Amino acid sequence: MDYQTGFFYLFAAVLLFAAFRVITSRNPVHAVLYLMLAFSQAAALWLILKAEFLGLTLVLVYLGAVMVLFLFVVMMLDIRIEGDRWTFWQHFPLAAVIGAVVAAEIAAVMWVGFPSIASSAPAVASDVSNTKALGILLYTEYLYPIQVAAVILLVAMITAIALTLRQRKDSKAINPGDQVRVRAADRLVVVPMAVTQKAAEAAPTPEEGKA
Amino acid sequence: MSLTLGHFLTVGAILFALSVIGIFLNRKNLIVLLMAIELMLLAVNMNFVAFSHYLGDMHGQVFVFFILTVAAAESAIGLAILVLLFRNRSSISVEELNTLKG
Repeated sequence: MDYQTGFFYLFAAVLLFAAFRVITSRNPVHAVLYLMLAFSQAAALWLILKAEFLGLTLVLVYLGAVMVLFLFVVMMLDIRIEGDRWTFWQHFPLAAVIGAVVAAEIAAVMWVGFPSIASSAPAVASDVSNTKALGILLYTEYLYPIQVAAVILLVAMITAIALTLRQRKDSKAINPGDQVRVRAADRLVVVPMAVTQKAAEAAPTPEEGKA
Repeated sequence: MSLTLGHFLTVGAILFALSVIGIFLNRKNLIVLLMAIELMLLAVNMNFVAFSHYLGDMHGQVFVFFILTVAAAESAIGLAILVLLFRNRSSISVEELNTLKG
């Protein structure tokens, strides 16, 4: 058993423990923190598999952005922590059965279909780094899909903003559509009038007042 | 004893089964369901990376890249919907979402 295998067992054990705590912890904040632990261990496993770029991306994007988003939402929602765990244990038998069935199915397919492949053919030539190989593939063969992925991210961003945008009642914001659509006639009203106007009635003079 | 593909596939399978169990256990909390979905995607990604390494094919890692993209978009929209739901119902329990009576 070489040191790589030892590290594999360490990371896998911590990963599975963290995943178990994610689904069983009572406090959602603890669940998010354990999920972060699980993702970091998965990133370490991917480093063992020589997928350096994806491992680092997992740490940067998932631990750095998505999990912080989860944490923000969990802390913002102010969820009441349920005191009794009755519903939890109520669902437990069904969950255990379905989990066992899923695990057995996956194991059956995997062990029959893929007997232990140990000979790892190098995925990339030794003179090209993992990042460079992935980049070459992304920007040549997968150029169109990466554009689609960019559009998906844009749509997600706009959707998230549009869903959670809350109009304030006292907001003095102007509707830009109305602003663009406005014409001169809406702003300035030309009132037709006679060319000349009679002089206004002279104000009563003091003499008239006396008379 | 060196590492084989089976090691990583086993980890992926156990992770997937755990997250399926988590979906069934946590009916009180929609946010834990979202986390279980993230764990499922992680299990699938683990299989992709393992196959990519042991079969010597970079395309699996490209696919993981796209899965990460879509998962980030999914969690962003899911959390936005969650915030909206909590604002309207002041609860995120799945069992109370029965307006449609399905």
